[in-house]
Amino acid sequence: MSGQAQLLPGTLDLLILKAVSLGPLHGYGILLRIGQISEQALLIEQGALYPALFRLVRQGLLKASWGTSENNRRAKFYELTSLGRKRLREETDGWNRLATAIASALAAQPEEI
Amino acid sequence: MKLLAYFRSVAAKFFRPSEIEGDMEEELRSHIQHRADDLERSGLDRAEAERRARIEFGGHARFKEESREALGGNFIETLSQDVRLAVRMLRKSPSFTVAAVLTLALAIGANAVVFGVLNGLILRPLNVPQPESLWGIERGSGKAVNQSYPDYLDLRDRNRSFDGLAAYNVTSVGLDTGNNPSGSWILETTGNYFDVLRIQPYLGRFFHASDEHGPNSAPYIVLTYAYWQAHFQDDRGVVGRVVRLNKHPFTILGVAPPEFRGSLLFAVPDFWVPIVNQEQVEGSYVLNARGNRGILMVLGHLKAGVTPAQAISDLNSIGAYLERNYPKDDGQMTFSLARPGLSGDWLGAPIRAFLTGLMLLAGLILVAACANLGSLFAARAADRSREVALRLALGSGRVRILRGLFSEAVLISLAGGAAGLWGSVALLHGLSVWRPLPTAPLNVAVNPDAKVYGVALLLSLASGFLFGAVPVRQVLHTDPYEIVKSGSRTTGGRRITARDLLLVVQIAICAVLVTSSMVAVRGLARSLDSKFGFEPRNATLVETALNMAGYSGDSVPAMQKRMIEALGKIPGVKSVGSVDRPPLYYGANGSNVFTDNTADLRPSNAAAEAMTYNISPEYLEAAGTALLAGRAFTWHDDKNAPRVAVINQEFARKIFGSATNAVGKYYKMPDGTRIQVVGIAEDGKYEHLAEDPEPAMFLPIQQSPSTQTVLVLRSEGDPERLTAAIHRTMRDLDAGLPFDIRTWSQELDSALLGPRMATISLGVLGAMGAMLSITGIFGMAAYSVSKRLKELGIRMALGAQRKEVLQAALGRALKLLAFGSAAGLILGILASRVLAFIVYQATPRDPLVLTGVVLAMACFGLLATWIPAQRALSLEPSTLLREE
Repeated sequence: MSGQAQLLPGTLDLLILKAVSLGPLHGYGILLRIGQISEQALLIEQGALYPALFRLVRQGLLKASWGTSENNRRAKFYELTSLGRKRLREETDGWNRLATAIASALAAQPEEI
Repeated sequence: MKLLAYFRSVAAKFFRPSEIEGDMEEELRSHIQHRADDLERSGLDRAEAERRARIEFGGHARFKEESREALGGNFIETLSQDVRLAVRMLRKSPSFTVAAVLTLALAIGANAVVFGVLNGLILRPLNVPQPESLWGIERGSGKAVNQSYPDYLDLRDRNRSFDGLAAYNVTSVGLDTGNNPSGSWILETTGNYFDVLRIQPYLGRFFHASDEHGPNSAPYIVLTYAYWQAHFQDDRGVVGRVVRLNKHPFTILGVAPPEFRGSLLFAVPDFWVPIVNQEQVEGSYVLNARGNRGILMVLGHLKAGVTPAQAISDLNSIGAYLERNYPKDDGQMTFSLARPGLSGDWLGAPIRAFLTGLMLLAGLILVAACANLGSLFAARAADRSREVALRLALGSGRVRILRGLFSEAVLISLAGGAAGLWGSVALLHGLSVWRPLPTAPLNVAVNPDAKVYGVALLLSLASGFLFGAVPVRQVLHTDPYEIVKSGSRTTGGRRITARDLLLVVQIAICAVLVTSSMVAVRGLARSLDSKFGFEPRNATLVETALNMAGYSGDSVPAMQKRMIEALGKIPGVKSVGSVDRPPLYYGANGSNVFTDNTADLRPSNAAAEAMTYNISPEYLEAAGTALLAGRAFTWHDDKNAPRVAVINQEFARKIFGSATNAVGKYYKMPDGTRIQVVGIAEDGKYEHLAEDPEPAMFLPIQQSPSTQTVLVLRSEGDPERLTAAIHRTMRDLDAGLPFDIRTWSQELDSALLGPRMATISLGVLGAMGAMLSITGIFGMAAYSVSKRLKELGIRMALGAQRKEVLQAALGRALKLLAFGSAAGLILGILASRVLAFIVYQATPRDPLVLTGVVLAMACFGLLATWIPAQRALSLEPSTLLREE
C-alpha cells in the first residue's frame, strides 16, 4: 500500500464535497469517486464516511434523498446545496494556497536564502 | 440558517427517533450491499462477498454511534438508550436492585419526613400576608413572651415602630349551640387582632378595635374555617346566629379563611373571642392588673423601613418608662423580637435545635446509605470488569460506559426517591391531622408542599451521582488487554481501598445514630423513673369548669368542698383533694416571693419566683406528695385565719437557707402579705421533666381562691373502674357542670410528649442506622468471601483450621467494623449534647449506653457476617479447585 497516503485531518469533508459536486452520489459511490479522482491514492475507511456525511448534512452543506442506484438497489443520494457549493469554492482556494505555500517552502534551496 | 437546520434536525430526532434510526440502518446496509455487489463481480460468491463487505466496513456499532452524534440532537436518544440499558442491567440482578431501592427509599423517606416537619414548623412562616415583617415581643433575659394587658396597652400606644400591636391568649370555654354544650379551645384576642395580622374574612365580618367598649362589651365570635365546617356543616346562615358561651349569649360574626389557623403554628383554636370579654370567658377579669402577665403574646407588623434593631430600642425606651412608673409591677422591661409562630424563642429555640439536629442525623443516614450503595456499586463494577474490558476492546468509549453506570445509579436513586417520597407524603398527611393529646389543641400542619418534593428529588439525584461516582476511577483505570488476557482483576494488594474507607465511614455514621438513639431511650427511661413529686399511679383527675357553669365568688369554694366530700364517699376512693392546676400541666402559675425583711417589693428585689398551687387540705395526701416536716392544711385555714403555706425543699433552701428549720418562718408576697410556712413538702417536677429543681408553694384555696378546679382522687387499684361512679356523683351535684375525667398517667402524656417524640424519632433513625450497618457489613463480608473462594479453598486443602479460614475470610471486615464503631461512638458522644435540650439528663457518658452501643455494634457485626462465614466454612476445596 505504499502508493496510498493517509488523509490529513479535515480533508475528508473537502473530498466529499468535491466528489458530490460532480453529480449526486450515494455513500458507496462517493468512496468510489474519491478513489477514482485521487487515482486510488487516498484511502478512506468505509464506515468513517458516514459520520462525516451526516455532519455535512447537518451543517446544511449537503442534502440527501432516497433513490435507486445503478445496481438497482435503494440508496440515499447526496448532492451539494448552494451553501455547500460556496464552501467547496472557499475550501478549494484555501487548500490551494496552503499547498502552494507548503510546496514552495519545501522546494527552497540553500542559495535562495 | 445553520441554526435553523440544526434545530430542525434536533426536532426531527426528538419526535421521530425510530424513523431516523431506521433510515440510518438502511443506508449502512445499502452501502454494504453495493460493496458486496462489486466483490461478487470480482469473482466471490454472494455469501463470501457480503461477509467480506461487512468486515471491510469496520466497527458498525461505533460508526453508527458516531453518525448519531454527527446528526445532532442525540441527547434524548442516548439518554433513553442509557436508561434502557440500565433497566436491562438492573433487571439482571433483581435482589441487588430491590435492596438498593429499599435502602434509598428509607433514607430519602426519612429525610423527606424530617424536612417536611422542619418546613412546616420552621421554614414556613405564619400564613399571613407579609409574614417577614411580623414579629412577636419577648421580655427580659428569660425571653418570656407573656405580658400584662396594661403593659400591652402602653406598648401598643407608645411605640413608633409597629403598624399595630395585637395580643392574644389561649383558653378553653364551653360552647352551647343549642345541643349539648361542649368544650372548645379558643384564642382570646384584642379587637385589632385580624386587622393587625391583615386577614380578611371568608364569610361575614371580623371584630375590630372599634367594637371594644370596656369589659364584656364585645360578645362576638369568629369561627375558624375547620370548626365551621365540622360543627356548622358549611352553613352560610351561621353569620348573625346567637350561641351561648359559658351561658352568655355571643353572636357569630363570621368565618376566617381556610388557610389562617390562628397565630400559633402548633395549635388549632376553634374560634376567636374579644379579650375584653375575659370575665365571661374565663370567669374573672384581670386585664386591669399590671402585675398579672396573663397575655400569652403580643405581636405585630413592623412599619415599612423600620429595622428590628430600631424597633427594639424603641420598645426598650417604653420599657424604661414602665420600670420608672410602675416599679411595683414592672421589673426588667427590656425587649427583644422573635418570630411569633412557635411562641417566641422560649419554645422555638429548642424545637429549632432539635429539628436541625434531626435533619443532620437524617442527612447522615442518607450519606451512610450512599456509602453503602457506593461500595456495592464498586463491587459490581469490579465484577463486571470483564464486561467493561470487552466493551472497551470493542471500541466503546469510556465516557459511554461511565454514563451507563451513572444511569443505573440515578435510576436506582430516582426509584428509591419516589418510593421514599410516597411513604413520607403519607406519613406527613397523617401527622397533619394527628392530635397527639386529647386534652389540648396541639396540631401541626406539616402537609408536604413543593419544597418537600423538590428536596426529595434533589436528594435522590445527588445521592445517585454520589454513589454512582464511586466506581468511576476503577473504570477509568481499566486496562482492557490485561483483564481479557488474565481473566480476573489484578488488584490484589492489601492496601486500603476506597471501598474500605466507605465502609468505615458508613459504620461510623451508623454508630453515631445508634449512640444517639440509645442516649435518648435511656434519657426517657430515666425521666419516667425520676421523682415527679407526686404519684401518678392510681390517681384520677377530674377537671371541672366552674366558670362555664356560672359559678363565681363565694359559690366557688362551697361547690369545691361539696365535690370533694361527695367524691370522697365513692367506695374505693382513699382521698380526694383539689388543686387549681396540677403540676406538669400546660403552663404553670408562678409568683415572685420576697424574704420577710424586704421592704421594697419591686420585682427586681424578689428572692425567687415560685410555682404557685392553690390546694384543698387533702390535696397533698391525694396527690401522694410527701410532707417532710410541719403540717398540711385544714379547713380551718380560711379567710379569717392567718395566711399560711406549705413550701417545697427548694423554696426553703432558696428563701430560708435550709430545709430543716423553715417551718414557722415568714415570707412576703408581691402585695405585701406575710405568709407563715407551716409545712415542707418534697421537691417535684412542675413545668417539664428536664427542669432543674424549682421553688414551689402550696396555698390553701380558702385563702387564695380560684375557679379553676382539678380534683385529684386517690384510689385503691385500677382508677378506670371509678369512672362511672364519678360521672354519677358529678351529675347529681350539678347536671350543668362540664367536667372531664382522666387518669393522671394519661394526663402526663402531655409532659412526656416532647421526650417521647424525640425518642421515637431518634429510635427510628437509630434502627435505620443499625439496618444500614448490617447490610453494609454483610455486603462487604459476602463480597470478600465470594472473591476469595479459590484462595480459601487452597488454604483449606493445605490444612488450614476453621479459625484460620474465618480469620482470612472475615478478619478485614471485622477490623473495619471495630474501627468504624469506635469512631462513631466518639462522634456520637459529641453529638449527644444537642439532645440535652429535649431529653432528661441526656448524657452519653453513661456506662450503660457505652456498653449498649459496643454490644449492639458487635451484634450487628456477628449477624451480618454469619451467612458469609457459614459459606466460607462449608467450602469443599476439591470441588472448588476443580471448577477453575
